[in-house]
Amino acid sequence: MRNLRVSFGDVDAVNDVTLQINYGQVATLLGPNGAGKTTAVETLLGFRSPSGGSVRVHGLDPVRDHREVVARTGALLQRGGVWFPMTPHQVLDLTATYYEAPREPTELLVLLDLERCAHTPWRRLSGGEQQRTLLALALLGRPKVLVLDEPTTSVDPEGRQVIRDIIRAERDRGCALLITTHELGEAERLADYLVILHRGHEVAQGTLADLAGEPELIIEATGSVDPAAFAALLGCEVRSDGPSRVRCAVASSPERIATVSTYLTSVGLSMVSLRTRASLEERYLDLIADERNGPRP
Amino acid sequence: MRAWWAQTRAEVRMNIRRGETLLLTIGIPVLLLIFFSLAHVTTSPTAHRINFIAPGILALCVLSTSLVALSIATGFERSFGVLRRLFVTPLGQRRLIGAKIGGVLVTEAIQVLVLSLVALALSWHPRGGTLGALEVLALILLGSAGCAGIGLLLAGQLRAEVNLAASNGLYLVLLLISGIVVPVSSLPSIVRRVVVGLPSGALAEGLHRVLGQGLHPTTADWVSLAVWAVLAPLLAARTFRFD
Repeated sequence: MRNLRVSFGDVDAVNDVTLQINYGQVATLLGPNGAGKTTAVETLLGFRSPSGGSVRVHGLDPVRDHREVVARTGALLQRGGVWFPMTPHQVLDLTATYYEAPREPTELLVLLDLERCAHTPWRRLSGGEQQRTLLALALLGRPKVLVLDEPTTSVDPEGRQVIRDIIRAERDRGCALLITTHELGEAERLADYLVILHRGHEVAQGTLADLAGEPELIIEATGSVDPAAFAALLGCEVRSDGPSRVRCAVASSPERIATVSTYLTSVGLSMVSLRTRASLEERYLDLIADERNGPRP
Repeated sequence: MRAWWAQTRAEVRMNIRRGETLLLTIGIPVLLLIFFSLAHVTTSPTAHRINFIAPGILALCVLSTSLVALSIATGFERSFGVLRRLFVTPLGQRRLIGAKIGGVLVTEAIQVLVLSLVALALSWHPRGGTLGALEVLALILLGSAGCAGIGLLLAGQLRAEVNLAASNGLYLVLLLISGIVVPVSSLPSIVRRVVVGLPSGALAEGLHRVLGQGLHPTTADWVSLAVWAVLAPLLAARTFRFD
């Protein structure tokens, strides 16, 4: 995607988003509901033409060269469904006929732990089983690009692990993956590259390390802590992140850790945790808050 | 070809297994065939009522399968995201529509067989001979294409629930004003003038002429059916939305 813009009337659902994903890489589009993730994905798959900028998949235009693009691309869509009376086995067998050299449906049923429900009609499958069936359908054509829109939604922990393993296996096979999610834990586990969207704008993008921001000391204590005391102690900007947690804008060092530990003991507290970088969730919330507080021109 | 054939078989299987579709495509036509051939609630231009009702009911089969059942099923496929998913597979719009038409034609063949057997049991004496049979086949193919085009046009544009109501409403109106069970001569003059312009009207009239009177369909019947058979699918293909 290069400077992608998608408008519905006067509203820009996606505005000026640029992202390149290489084969063998997992990129994640992160953002709250309504951030434009699904619109970006649908544009990538040729559901609509961009209002501005450009999109290429395998170097092809997804609208003009739709057939070639989808033959080499697997997609798991939100609100993508299957005929109600069909079972996972039947729909995989049918969909396999669409591809020239499909994977074996029974192999996918095993891989996605769908053997037990292989002959259960779609309407009687659980949410997780439906989601895994859709993922199996996306994998049928041995795709070189996989687009997964909220793949772990309504999936139980075991099912999530199955999906994560498959995502890693596909990446290792050389597939390029684009995953949208608002579940930060999933993004942190899987993504090589992340793009954070908010109201259609790109807020930040980079690797996990890039997005972690500047080194800092994030201290959680057993009780209430005073940010001003930490600021005086460490000589840096400190902000509260909950009653018992502070974030100090300073890099970690053994001396600083010892100082903090001594101070906490002196006020009758002890340290619960200490981290030297913000988690993705913290960074994400910071970025979204900055975006909300300072509207773009 | 493999994908089209597999999809066509799937469409037929789903048509046959869907209870509401069976009711619409077999149950209601059989019921109407028996009722209107036995009960004297409408006038009949033929000496034996069954010779008028049976060709009309064959036209109704085309209407119920090509237009109503196809439209409702496709509308719900769009609503449940089936079409969205198919859009991102290599099946493609042409093969999907081709499979739907294939499914419709197979279902109609079953309908014609069942309805003809019931009508023959009710002492129906179809006319027309071999040429008539070929004309009937051509009429049904053209009528199916036109009605399927209208059905897909509705399914591609309207929300599933609105489409359900619209298709059923259209079915009832066309059943009453197309000369299917009520002779065109009994309809108000303003309706009589537009009947042949409707695909169901031209189809019913063509079938009545061939099977009921041993005549050829009129040029107006052929022209009307041909125009609908070309324009409606084209318009449907141009405006069809997968999501």
